[in-house]
Amino acid sequence: MTATVFAFYLFALSCVTGGFFTVISRNPVHSVLWLILAFLSAAGLFVLLGAEFVAMLLIIVYVGAVAVLFLFVVMMLDVDFAELKAEMTKYLPLSLMIGLVLMMQLAIAFGVWKTAEGVEIGTVPDAIAGGGEHNTQALGLVLYDQYFLLFQLSGLILLVAMIGAIVLTLRHRVDVKRQDPLQQMYRDPGKAMVMKDIKPGQGL
Amino acid sequence: MEDILRDYLPILVFLGLAIALGAVLLLAAVFAAPSDPDPEKLSAYECGFNAFDDARMKFDVRFYLVSILFIIFDLEIAFLFPWAVAFGGLSDAAFWSMMVFLVVLTIGFAYEWKKGALEWE
Repeated sequence: MTATVFAFYLFALSCVTGGFFTVISRNPVHSVLWLILAFLSAAGLFVLLGAEFVAMLLIIVYVGAVAVLFLFVVMMLDVDFAELKAEMTKYLPLSLMIGLVLMMQLAIAFGVWKTAEGVEIGTVPDAIAGGGEHNTQALGLVLYDQYFLLFQLSGLILLVAMIGAIVLTLRHRVDVKRQDPLQQMYRDPGKAMVMKDIKPGQGL
Repeated sequence: MEDILRDYLPILVFLGLAIALGAVLLLAAVFAAPSDPDPEKLSAYECGFNAFDDARMKFDVRFYLVSILFIIFDLEIAFLFPWAVAFGGLSDAAFWSMMVFLVVLTIGFAYEWKKGALEWE
């Protein structure tokens, strides 16, 4: 058994384990931690496929950012587990039905799965394989001009996500005093203090 | 292909060592530490009082906003990476395509700055 095969079984096993415990964990925070394990092992599997850049991206984006977001969401939800369990029995038939439909869709997709003649599985397309340059560079050479439209669309999607997040969650509090640096800088020192000459025995 | 995997072998070794070390430390704590459980050890100490409530409470939604803005710029950097690595062999179209991408996201950045989403009041 070579190291590659060993690594594959290690990552595949921990990926499936992570996914399984993500679903059955009682505590949602534990679920997120198991999900991180699943992400990390998926990154390992990508490295085994030779897709280094995707693997590193999975770690940076999914483990570094998405998992943190999940943790925030899990913490933000004020989950009452007793209530959740009561609700679960109510929705169990519906959820079972949806699960069944999804299962059937998977079965149909698997049933009609065909590999075309002459296609070798596991080889790298010519556009990516190129002249021996490594993964990230090969991606960079095709992504920006050959897939121009998709690339720009992804930029627009990010813009929409940014604006949407701000519109949905930004609330300005009126009772908080904010600092305005411009106002502070343009303040005229001459007007900041006024000397008053007050005669004895007289008020202001 | 094999070369790439050979480069990653040290990381696999490190992974194995890290797991082994973690397991050893946990098991050492189980076997070597004195264990004398007592309910008094877990109760609130002297004048301390029992917790009123669950530790999990509603979070301010602004944490979520900061996190989602972080993800967006994280992805922007992820797109910049292959562009920077392949910079020598890029066509003009690829160069300007990235410039358009950056302008679009800078518009978003200006919007969020103007809106005050970056400030923590």
